[in-house]
Amino acid sequence: MPLVEFTSLVFAGAFAAGLLGSLTGLGGGVVLIPLLTLGFHVDMRYAMGASLVSVIATSSGAAAAYVREGYSNVRIGMFLEVATTIGAVAGASLAAHTGTRWLAMVFGVVLLYSAWLSRSQQEHVAEGVANQWSEKLRMSGEYPDGRGGTIAYAVDRITAGWATMFGAGVLSGLLGIGSGAVKVLAMDKIMRIPFKVSTTTSNFMIGVTAAASAGIYLARGYVDPVLAAPVLLGVLLGSLVGAKALVRARVPLLRTIFAWVIAALGVEMMVNGWMGRL
Amino acid sequence: MGGAFHKEKMGQADERMEHLMGLLLRAGVLLAATVVIAGGAMYLADHRGVHVEYRHFAGHPISVRHPAELAGPTSIAVLEVGMLLLVAVPIARVVFALIAFAAQRDWLYAAVSALILSVLVWGMLRGG
Repeated sequence: MPLVEFTSLVFAGAFAAGLLGSLTGLGGGVVLIPLLTLGFHVDMRYAMGASLVSVIATSSGAAAAYVREGYSNVRIGMFLEVATTIGAVAGASLAAHTGTRWLAMVFGVVLLYSAWLSRSQQEHVAEGVANQWSEKLRMSGEYPDGRGGTIAYAVDRITAGWATMFGAGVLSGLLGIGSGAVKVLAMDKIMRIPFKVSTTTSNFMIGVTAAASAGIYLARGYVDPVLAAPVLLGVLLGSLVGAKALVRARVPLLRTIFAWVIAALGVEMMVNGWMGRL
Repeated sequence: MGGAFHKEKMGQADERMEHLMGLLLRAGVLLAATVVIAGGAMYLADHRGVHVEYRHFAGHPISVRHPAELAGPTSIAVLEVGMLLLVAVPIARVVFALIAFAAQRDWLYAAVSALILSVLVWGMLRGG
């Protein structure tokens, strides 16, 4: 395909992915790799490289907005970043020794999981967790309740949460994704951190996690700058536009549709991986 | 009371730190994106009518390893600098956290930041 057309189409696709991802809160990065591999016949490794730098861009670009809302908890985030970064280096090292068909199949499972998680998501309130390590590690905090007051919370099952975060890091390094869904699982479901604190802190952690595998991706040549440029600019712009619009519109229908799209892409990635077409 | 007061102060210092971190991240991403846009525009202008495909993996090792190579910036080199700037943004955030926690005399989290930083450096060295 001629360069200018290819770049324009990739940019448009990435913009749509970023917009939908941020409107639905499911993240745009997750559909980037299927978009590139299935839609544009890009090799899995180039797609992973472009996705990794896009994940750094969107996570960092959105951070300022999240911080303003006052939900993210920098201590929880950094304590768990130790696990995600070590996991990411391990995962990125593993990626080089894993065939693309296996990467595609693991990725398919992650997509199906993300879609499933988005359907069963409910916001629970902090239920009075008491954990002495939460205090000792200074991870307890409070967040705005939206009526001018604050709600205090603590952190539970820190070891299990840390181990799950290591797994999230491995997936991030292995596939070049942010693995926000697994991070939210670790914080919200295992450590019983309030949902809004979990999602914003997860976003905060994604950039640092991705940076840990970036050295290995760059050295292996996964990041082709000519391909990565329109992808990261498109996703970044799309997610910023989506974040602005989110204040005005609630989009449950769009969210359901996007979850089904993600699930379908997951199946297609698995099938294509199994057939060795990727 | 003393404990509660300390906690309150810690909360305020954290809020300020997170606010500055957010600004740092946004500024870094804007800078990197600007460089990528410039490099991309240069590349498109240089390679009009070229056909591309990424079906086969050949690998694109980063070629900018020395500042001297930037003397006459080729479009690819500018794009690569943009990518490297982008990767540097979250790393800068961790450096900032290390300094901010040390200034608060929060040695536990200064150590956590230093540990993350060493993992990031380890990842870079493993790759290079």
